[in-house]
Amino acid sequence: MATQTLTRPAPHIAGAAAARKPRRKITAGKAAVTAVAALLAVLWLIPFAWATVTAFKSETDAAAPTVSWIPPSGFTADAFVKVFQDGNIPLWTWNSLYTSAAITVITLVISALVAYALSRIDFRGKKVLMTVIIASIIIPPPVLMIPLFYQMVALHMIDTAWAVILPQVIHPAMVFVLKKFFDQIPRELEEAAVMDGASRMRIFVRIILPLSRPILAAVAIFVFISAWNNFLWPFISTNDGSILTLPVGLQTIKSAYGIQYAQNMASALLAALPLILVFLFFQRQIIKGVATTGLAGT
Amino acid sequence: MSSLATSGRTAERTASSRPTRSRPQPGPAPSRQARDNLTGWGFAAPFLAFFLVFLVWPILYGLFMSLTGKSLTGANDNLIGLANYAEALADADMWRSLGNTLYFTVISTVPLVIVALVMAALLNVGLPAQWLWRLSYFAPYLLASTVVSLFFTWMYNPQLGLINDSLAKIGLPKVAWLNDPNVAMWAIVIATLWWTVGFNFLLYLAAMQNIPHQHYEAASLDGAGAWRQFFSITLPQLAPTTVMIVLLQILASLKIFDQVYQMTAGGPSGSTRPVVQYIFETGFTGYRLGYSAAVSYIFFGLIVIVSVMQFLITRRRSA
Repeated sequence: MATQTLTRPAPHIAGAAAARKPRRKITAGKAAVTAVAALLAVLWLIPFAWATVTAFKSETDAAAPTVSWIPPSGFTADAFVKVFQDGNIPLWTWNSLYTSAAITVITLVISALVAYALSRIDFRGKKVLMTVIIASIIIPPPVLMIPLFYQMVALHMIDTAWAVILPQVIHPAMVFVLKKFFDQIPRELEEAAVMDGASRMRIFVRIILPLSRPILAAVAIFVFISAWNNFLWPFISTNDGSILTLPVGLQTIKSAYGIQYAQNMASALLAALPLILVFLFFQRQIIKGVATTGLAGT
Repeated sequence: MSSLATSGRTAERTASSRPTRSRPQPGPAPSRQARDNLTGWGFAAPFLAFFLVFLVWPILYGLFMSLTGKSLTGANDNLIGLANYAEALADADMWRSLGNTLYFTVISTVPLVIVALVMAALLNVGLPAQWLWRLSYFAPYLLASTVVSLFFTWMYNPQLGLINDSLAKIGLPKVAWLNDPNVAMWAIVIATLWWTVGFNFLLYLAAMQNIPHQHYEAASLDGAGAWRQFFSITLPQLAPTTVMIVLLQILASLKIFDQVYQMTAGGPSGSTRPVVQYIFETGFTGYRLGYSAAVSYIFFGLIVIVSVMQFLITRRRSA
């Protein structure tokens, strides 16, 4: 499948386009391109802007029949105060954070180990294992929800963090991505260590992993974002308000707050904030990570 | 690109064809193979444990459930053969939800690919402040589905919503976005486009920046303009990427559930209910686990067909 992006280091997106072509003077064509790009950008920013404006209105202004970007009675942070007083947003954020972190760490460890074996060790049954893992990429998570729920009931894990974490650590596509990367690492780098009698585990930890930082980061970013935003499985496997993740918690807010539009938008913005902030700081890495892992299948 | 992949494979082959390297062996040759078997499976073991318990077992158990009358109330756990499948194939609601899923897949995939391509092409011209454009187009992808649904349910509000207000201001009639069976699916498509197009956009942008610039330089010397270059160089060079993006998008769209469940709950009158929601409802609201497992497998069959097509198409390309 997506070997073209995966088998080589991710391209440098930033500034490449600008540096590549000889600089031309500003033409009518370029102005038109900028205009269309700006129009799209505005369209794409409007939902954020409208949610923000609504969140800073009083509930009365938010529900006023005349739509206004500047509320008649001024901006207020009441909705945020109310959400913090009554709501569980901080708790749900924490739940999302530690479950997503656990999912990311476990996924990275188990996937890198098996990917190393598939890339470097000649063990019996390796081909079969590889085929089974690749084939399993096509299994859509919704197909698992009914039996997995029943299994979690039997294991008494419903409404625990385990129910959220454990089924989300299997990313066959990411094993494939890691194996592809390990395949590119020259074997000569390991040979000296082999001569010295180093164990496989030592080679893996001391030589392979440090050389694989970019791909490990890419996989971590991909897994973390999907875990952080996953809705269906946490929605099925948790019910208790104290264990909900952000996306699931928001769904309960929607029914609880009903027509409190300002509070709805304040909650949505608070839920959106962490990942947007992280993105602002690690933009390059995230874009590279998504571009590297993206084509491998989601 | 593909040459790199080939050389990687060659390296692997040559390496494995000389399993015993010059290094001194502590024991006879077979022990090396035995040790490799042990370490190999040892490295695979942690993944394999999770894989077996949380993927292989449920997928097999689901297949078994689909052959029983199992329900959450515990009644009737016995095998009933293919009765669930027979019932599903005669179930108008199942077909309707499957039809909704396919309809959504078709009408969402087209804009999700074309708008992504347009966005990437615009940026690839070399606009200043690249990060700002990328942030605007990609940021929604970082949101959870519930956030997107809250945003759009509010904007689609028939009386107080921003969208109808804007339509009224330019003299257009108001639309009952989520309450009109003829419009609701399109409203879902618009929200989905806003939410996930940034992902396809990034894939396109990365692919565009991989096109060797000599192509463009040669075309410039021949006097080809920007338009011409886009259609005779960029688009053809992007063909493999486009195939991959379309197929991945189809597979992603077929799994539609979150936004619909959150924005319309499948309504009005079932006009947006996708098959995943039907599985969800028969299983968790109707308590018919066996039946809903059977519908899951029909859905799975659909995914397998698309995936096999994907495999055949990509293999033919690389052959």
